[in-house]
Amino acid sequence: MDFNLTEERQMLQDTLRRFLADAANKDSNTLWTELAELGVIGALFTEDYGGFGGAGFDLSVVFEEIGRAGVATPLLETGILAGGLIAALGNDDQTALLESIVDGTQQLAFAHGEPLTRYDLNHVATTATQTGDGYILNGHKCVVMNGGRADTLIISARTAGDVASNDGISLFLVDASSVERRSYQTMSGADAAEVYLNNVTVAKTALLGAEGASFYEIETQVARATAALCAEAVGAMESAKDLTIEYMQTRQQFGRPIGKFQALQHRMADLLIEVEQARSATINVCGHLDADRPLRERHVSAAKNLIGRVGRQVAEETIQLHGGIGMTQEYNLAGFTKRMMMIDHQWGDTDYHLERFIALSRAVG
Amino acid sequence: MDLSYTAQEQEFRAEVRGFLAANLDPKLADKVRLGKHLTKADFEGWHASLNSRGWLAGNWPKQHGGAGWTPVERHIFEEETTLAYAPRIVPFGLAMLGPVLQAFGSPEQCAHYLPRILSGQDWWCQGYSEPGAGSDLAAVKTAAVRNGDHYVVNGQKTWTTLGQHANWIFCLVRTNTEVKAQEGISFLLIDMETPGVTVRPIVLLDGGAEVNEVFLDNVRVPVGNLVGDQDKGWTYAKYLLTHERTNIAGVGFSNAALANVKRIASAEVAGGRPLIENPHFAARLAQVEIDLMAMATTNSRTLAKAAAGQAPGAQSSMLKVKGTLIRQEITDLTRRAVGPYATPFLPESLDEGYNGEPVGPDYATAASEQYFNNRKLSIFGGSNEVQRTIISKTILEL
Repeated sequence: MDFNLTEERQMLQDTLRRFLADAANKDSNTLWTELAELGVIGALFTEDYGGFGGAGFDLSVVFEEIGRAGVATPLLETGILAGGLIAALGNDDQTALLESIVDGTQQLAFAHGEPLTRYDLNHVATTATQTGDGYILNGHKCVVMNGGRADTLIISARTAGDVASNDGISLFLVDASSVERRSYQTMSGADAAEVYLNNVTVAKTALLGAEGASFYEIETQVARATAALCAEAVGAMESAKDLTIEYMQTRQQFGRPIGKFQALQHRMADLLIEVEQARSATINVCGHLDADRPLRERHVSAAKNLIGRVGRQVAEETIQLHGGIGMTQEYNLAGFTKRMMMIDHQWGDTDYHLERFIALSRAVG
Repeated sequence: MDLSYTAQEQEFRAEVRGFLAANLDPKLADKVRLGKHLTKADFEGWHASLNSRGWLAGNWPKQHGGAGWTPVERHIFEEETTLAYAPRIVPFGLAMLGPVLQAFGSPEQCAHYLPRILSGQDWWCQGYSEPGAGSDLAAVKTAAVRNGDHYVVNGQKTWTTLGQHANWIFCLVRTNTEVKAQEGISFLLIDMETPGVTVRPIVLLDGGAEVNEVFLDNVRVPVGNLVGDQDKGWTYAKYLLTHERTNIAGVGFSNAALANVKRIASAEVAGGRPLIENPHFAARLAQVEIDLMAMATTNSRTLAKAAAGQAPGAQSSMLKVKGTLIRQEITDLTRRAVGPYATPFLPESLDEGYNGEPVGPDYATAASEQYFNNRKLSIFGGSNEVQRTIISKTILEL
């Protein structure tokens, strides 16, 4: 047992924390370029694909710092989801794209969810119909994170099978400017879009991976993304907790700092216990990303369920302990509480993962 | 024990329903149900139609132009209007200042201000909290110094709800620094048109700006605007807070929000079937409904005591804590119910005059906004921590 970071990861954490300390004032393009220069995108990929990391604990180091700083970046969408799918499934032409991901010149998004998908990864109603020299795509992809800013989209579509079948899901690399998009801001300040596919024609070469056989790779990359989101939530929890402790030490009411009231002390103590639980659940999932599917996915659902519960508790309690100031957009806490709550709506919420954990546990026996 | 309403009360309920059917614009009700931002005109219009029926001030006695309802009638009115998604009645003039003037104001103040509240000529806001005086309200520092026929007021008020629409503010001000904090506070009425009054909006987590900071810089207020006696304001402030806490349980709001989340969960699909049939979601929904059913009866028990002439006292603190936790739980269910569509942030689409299409179903637009906005329920009107302290001291005598 050793829960210390390796020297390289420790350095990455220190560098990133220092760099992000004043990232709040940077515009998103500058931030992205500088993150690439710092090698942060590379940390999400193995050496085979121009990176120097790519393992579970590389992801957690990076995303905990992103969460702690409260910055919105397309690292998850570009680096982990799209980058991971291309690295795993791409042919030589397609994996060539990874260079422009790692150096920060291309942004991507994974257009997978649909209005009726909710959180089921195999629910794909969008269709890809084969033509002589390619495919025609039809459907509606919703709340595609980074969908408005992405240069290239990876779009999932059904080439065979029922709407909720694991078989028959294919992936396509599509130039984002060739599809109709409606972009908007998210609650936590990121970019997202609705993507409307109305008879979009793509060439055969756009197919990423084997036709109809992408479900399990999608699940694998979403597992990595979920682990990263858990780490990001832990970072946000740490910052929210630190801000609240500082506030309790300085805010005076009834002639003393509010942190001197035992009723409030105990609530903060409970929060600390739960944040440590969240950290451990994140370590569990990051340590099992390379495990066999049943074990890995059980940890994915366990972590995301626990993070959802603790994230809500931390968001609600830190707002409450601050009082009115905790409800204002101007105060630093705002970004962290919103991010914690919005993470619950990405790749499966608390309830979804509880049910999934039960089902997976039955399968394991 | 008899849990039923009297024939007279049931008749009254039918009358309220009839009024709502005839007078509540369905478009306005839709705005309320979907969590859209109401305009000043929306509130004023609704107030006017209630006023023309004599129902705007249910809690005022008839001699002052109120409806003179019993606590039970007021509760029925609240239940029916919220369930129909009518706008809430803006409480500052009607539920807060009105009762204080009637109890402690001069006959001249009553004759001048009360009709203007009813007619909508004046829109009042509340100048209680300050940056340094939240839960510890008696710590107010805003100073009012007597200078001839005027008080000169300097200080800052905050969390002033809908202050952007107001032309008058009632303030707790410090008129004596030599005595115990509670004994040097006065209750002052300030015309917001007076030079030196500045209102600045505070943007909240939901992107809306319903609260404000109010800066008072050498504001000259005629001494005739003092309510009651100088330095006795704390008594009036506490009296006002007991009125603020009537209907604190928000049974009607919770019923309406619960009905709304059930509609949403019937429309949403999870795993190929309506979300409302998902056992886990159904269990969450049932749990909060069970809590609400019991809390509604706790509320009725308090109402019955009030009807028998007993002041509710610390029981309203219990209702405040339980009532707000239930309301907040329902907003959490709503954001859960809309799934990934809780993510988009388009506050402008909640504003009057927005013509664009919603992103996702219309009921999803305000789900996260409402969740965050309703965090205020356990903070304002005496935070839930303050309520628990009141319960500990007054009921438990600890």
